[in-house]
Amino acid sequence: MAYNHKVELSKPERFAPGHRLCAGCGAGIVCRGITRALDEGDKAVICNATGCLEVSSFLYPYTAWEDSYIHSAFENASAVCGGVEAACKALQKKGRLNEEYKFITIGGDGGTYDIGFQSLSGAMERGHDMVYFCYDNEAYMNTGIQRSSSTPRFANATTTPVGTESLGKKQEKKDLTVIMAAHNIPYVAQTTFIGNFKDFHEKAHRAIYTPGPAFVNVMAPCPRGWQYSAELLPQICKMAVETCVWPLYEVVEGKWMLSYEPKKKLPVEEFMRLQGRFKHCFKPGNEWTIEAAQDYVDRKWAELLARCSQS
Amino acid sequence: MSIRERLSGNEAIATAMRQIDPDVFAAFPITPSTEIPQYFAQYVADGKVGTEYVTVESEHSSMSTCIGAAAAGARAVTATSSAGLAFMYEVLYVAASSRLPITLACVNRTLTGPININNDHSDSMGARDAGWLQIYAENNQEAYDNYLQAMRISEHPSVRLPIMICQDGFITSHAVENILLEEDAAVKKFVGEYRPEHALVGRDHPLAVGPYDSCPFCMEHKVMQAEAMKNAKKVILDVAADFEKTFGRKYGFFEEYRMEDAEVALVLIGSTAGTAKACVEKLRAQGVKAGLVKIRVFRPFPMEELAQALKNVKAVAVMDKSEGYSGCGGPLFAETRSACYDLPDPPKMIDVVYGLAGRDCAVEDIEKVYRHLLRIMETGDVGPRYIHFGQRSNQQEVL
Ligand SMILES: Cc1ncc(C[n+]2csc(CCOP(=O)(O)OP(=O)(O)O)c2C)c(N)n1
Ligand code: SF4
Ligand SMILES: [Mg+2]
Repeated sequence: MAYNHKVELSKPERFAPGHRLCAGCGAGIVCRGITRALDEGDKAVICNATGCLEVSSFLYPYTAWEDSYIHSAFENASAVCGGVEAACKALQKKGRLNEEYKFITIGGDGGTYDIGFQSLSGAMERGHDMVYFCYDNEAYMNTGIQRSSSTPRFANATTTPVGTESLGKKQEKKDLTVIMAAHNIPYVAQTTFIGNFKDFHEKAHRAIYTPGPAFVNVMAPCPRGWQYSAELLPQICKMAVETCVWPLYEVVEGKWMLSYEPKKKLPVEEFMRLQGRFKHCFKPGNEWTIEAAQDYVDRKWAELLARCSQS
Repeated sequence: MSIRERLSGNEAIATAMRQIDPDVFAAFPITPSTEIPQYFAQYVADGKVGTEYVTVESEHSSMSTCIGAAAAGARAVTATSSAGLAFMYEVLYVAASSRLPITLACVNRTLTGPININNDHSDSMGARDAGWLQIYAENNQEAYDNYLQAMRISEHPSVRLPIMICQDGFITSHAVENILLEEDAAVKKFVGEYRPEHALVGRDHPLAVGPYDSCPFCMEHKVMQAEAMKNAKKVILDVAADFEKTFGRKYGFFEEYRMEDAEVALVLIGSTAGTAKACVEKLRAQGVKAGLVKIRVFRPFPMEELAQALKNVKAVAVMDKSEGYSGCGGPLFAETRSACYDLPDPPKMIDVVYGLAGRDCAVEDIEKVYRHLLRIMETGDVGPRYIHFGQRSNQQEVL
């Protein structure tokens, strides 16, 4: 069925308002989008890693989650999800559970790219029937904007501060989506919030309803950490895609497919300019940082195009 | 009817697991517990169990998998040793605070470092404050019997805490001994089914597990956990009584061996009890009133009961098979000495740290400890309270 934004938004909300995420936080948008992608009436268990989302959506005695939900630690959400899935299989086999469930894990970039990577990689390799959604805000926001391996080069973070001898993070962003595709799982995708959410919605739905393991990486900007005012969110996401900083694509059963190709690839500074975390890059004398950022984006984009054309 | 067999401690535990047929088993290999997941894998391969067997990539993930599975309402089990248990440290606390009755077969091995594969109790002792029940075995029969009782204790509504069933690495886990097994159907009937009131799946209401627990509530939750640990004492005795009625073997918080008139006594845990019993017999034949208390249940600690067992003893050596690095003795010493504090006339007490990283402890060694206690009893002079026994250099030996 073709995507209809109005119809989707009229579904009962499964991630309730009243959570304590900052206004305009990308993580909350991810959660609403994921739960909307569940067909009405389908049950799910949500597993969550420690991070902004967890501490803001389930504060005893309140929860924003209409579905069953479990958080236990920062680095183990995938293993916990695998346990829930295994339990359901066993209980169904033994005739003690009749319902079907969808198993969904949500983690920040810290809980996914870094400390939770082992657990994620293990769960994907074992082939649990689950989807892992990373809401990638490119730093450890919950503990105060420390760099992660997802933080892009030159970003100002509290453990890679800009100073007389420093221009922010020294290393490039880890390309986790490619790494997850290398796990040879049935479905991998990269998305963000564009236009009427069609891209995000369709990928989330496909991931949830693909049997076996799936991974979706969602760029989920953080107004506090990226230093922009909250209403700029749609523009930030659009620029991430139009500059090819965050290309939209899918890897379905090993086949690489671009979801969107900008008609005219915009310069990366159009994305960087909107955010305070890159402010120092625009100071006289630091022009080379923007050139370096552009080189990296160009190289990664060419790699992606090559993968898609070979597939 | 019990079945006579000859099994190692590891196979005994694996057999108990097969008979119970848990819903989820997640494990990662580490010596000396590795055989347990290996035996179990064969049961799965041969269709002898309906268990979902999750071959995780680490012990952190095996405990996390058990947490997810138990929260989903399944009976979840794992097995590990040493560094594997240490790797679970963070999530051991999560399992306990989430009140998830997970069963962990702990095959005790010394903690790295330095790396060493042999037995002492530093792994499970390191986890003694994690909120887990801990039951220790002297031999493979006890390991098996303790495992059969584990789930009824940990899943009891007044307890709902995870449980470690511990046995000594190699000494018990690998030594093949005679054992009485119970029939599969009798085991299943004794253990029963796990049907928790709340679960992530299959209930009328969704469930939320693992909140950020704020100041106005978190302390109460920890107190509830502490109360559950206290409640476990009664449940442990009730289950032991039913076990005795069903299978004929008797268990309590600890075993008192020749304690009725003992003047000198050891308090210890695990397989060394066998060696110590032989020594008690030897000394008794010479007219020495020697006795032994073998701790079975370390968490919850049977404080009042242990004090009663020791109240008439003149001198006690607590044998700690782990170093607590407290600077003043091992964990069993701290608990035992504290237990005796309220006695009107507490026994003189020393801590003998022994057997670290598999250092052997023979009947003659145990005899030295008893002889030392006799000297303390006669002279009234306790001397050093905290002794490392069985070292290479005789110079450092007090005993
Ligand atoms: C083992 C462990 N180490 C560190 C922490 C502290 N910690 C909690 S959340 C967090 C960062 C989370 O970052 P991310 O996953 O990117 O989520 P975000 O907060 O950005 O949404 C850190 C470092 C922890 N809870 N557990
Ligand atoms: S700090 Fe950023 S990620 Fe965290 S709640 Fe606020 S906007 Fe969201
Ligand atoms: Mg983050």
